[in-house]
Amino acid sequence: MIERIAELTGNEIYRCYQCQKCSSGCPFAQYMDFPPAVIIRMIHFGMKEKLLSSETIWVCASCETCTTRCPNEIDIAHIMDALRQECVREGFKPAGKNVYLFHSAFMSSIKSYGRVHELGMLGKYKLKSGNFFDDLKLGYDMYKKGKIKLFPHKIKGMRDIKKIFKKIIN
Amino acid sequence: MKVGYYPGCSLESTAAEYNESLKEICSMLDIQLNEIRDWNCCGATSAHCLDEKASFLLAARNLEIAEKTGMDLVVPCSGCFSRLKFAEKNALSNEKYKGMSTFRGSINIIDMTALLSGSTVLEAMEKKLVKPLKGMKIAAYYGCMSLRPPKITDAPDHDNPQSMEKILAALGAEIIPWTFKTFCCGGSLAITRTDIVRDQVNRILDMAAESGAECLVTSCPMCQSNLDTREDEVSRQFSREIYIPIFYFSELIGLALGSGNAGSWFMKHQVDPRKLLSEKGL
Ligand code: SF4
Ligand code: SF4
Repeated sequence: MIERIAELTGNEIYRCYQCQKCSSGCPFAQYMDFPPAVIIRMIHFGMKEKLLSSETIWVCASCETCTTRCPNEIDIAHIMDALRQECVREGFKPAGKNVYLFHSAFMSSIKSYGRVHELGMLGKYKLKSGNFFDDLKLGYDMYKKGKIKLFPHKIKGMRDIKKIFKKIIN
Repeated sequence: MKVGYYPGCSLESTAAEYNESLKEICSMLDIQLNEIRDWNCCGATSAHCLDEKASFLLAARNLEIAEKTGMDLVVPCSGCFSRLKFAEKNALSNEKYKGMSTFRGSINIIDMTALLSGSTVLEAMEKKLVKPLKGMKIAAYYGCMSLRPPKITDAPDHDNPQSMEKILAALGAEIIPWTFKTFCCGGSLAITRTDIVRDQVNRILDMAAESGAECLVTSCPMCQSNLDTREDEVSRQFSREIYIPIFYFSELIGLALGSGNAGSWFMKHQVDPRKLLSEKGL
């Protein structure tokens, strides 16, 4: 596990001396099953199953506070990205199912149009997650204010976008 | 001044008032925004969560288009800015991405607040000021993505940024110093973990009120929409009355420079700022 993550994100991960600076500054630690410093330790210990099925990796909001503060220049936010990607690649069930479904819907919108079409993207997310009724009133309010477009804008350079998505693994 | 402009997807939808106000104030300040042609989504928070290569390539395509114009590229959305800066740094110096992009680094990627807080722009702003924001107690809220990590963003002071404060000072507002200006609102979880997001929004609004701010000003579309759309729910969930309008900094510039369209921007907010503005005689 550690070799794989080091390969994806750099060898700095070996430098962690568990100072807990990342955990204490993380604005989302209280919602995680393992705070960021523990995640790093778990990688050291090779606890793959626990890591890839943890809530933490889907709660992390990519705020980059940990990465900015780590005294050993360990890019913890990047490691969280790598763990999310490994989770999907290795066929684990993402513990933050809705977060995963949202990102997938977002990416599929880019794949279709080159840009994000909010209405279509949210529709797809709702269909897959089953959260039909959340934020419906809010969505309608925003539509009335002219913030939500009914139809997507497709870019001209869709060939470039197709090429990019060909290279995608997950 | 002529610059390239990458609006990004939010400015075409949920942050329409940011786009409209920016275009108007830039023309007032003789800054020509040239939207780069056929830009694509930068990948936002989703691409880097699911596929790193895609997140690089999506952002890099825009840099390549911008570089052809020969003009520096200004980016209003903090999220787009961080992804484009990520691609810039990695295209130029990361072995892993070598040969994957033709971007050579001949132009700069500039955050909109940095452009508009430059000294000549501030001077022009002061000269054109017709409605100083006197007596308005404002706290600047930056969030994460235009700042962290500074290795990517090149932010001069990522813990205590000053670009919006400089602008607010030029507009005659009363600036409220506070400690939450770079605290994350949870924007990337806005749709999926509203439970967590409401907690964070509550913390931010609470701290703003404690510090004596009457409103917040931001440059990040995710922060603005997250705070603006959840304020009402947070009021109800935590049983306290909150009224803190969330402005884009460009809207306040427009207001202070006497734009006739400011009302149409404010109409797009969930928390209507016009009550506060009329109390202040603005
Ligand atoms: S801040 Fe860095 S060194 Fe300290 S515990 Fe976190 S990862 Fe390890
Ligand atoms: S990037 Fe993720 S782990 Fe790091 S501080 Fe932010 S939320 Fe916590």
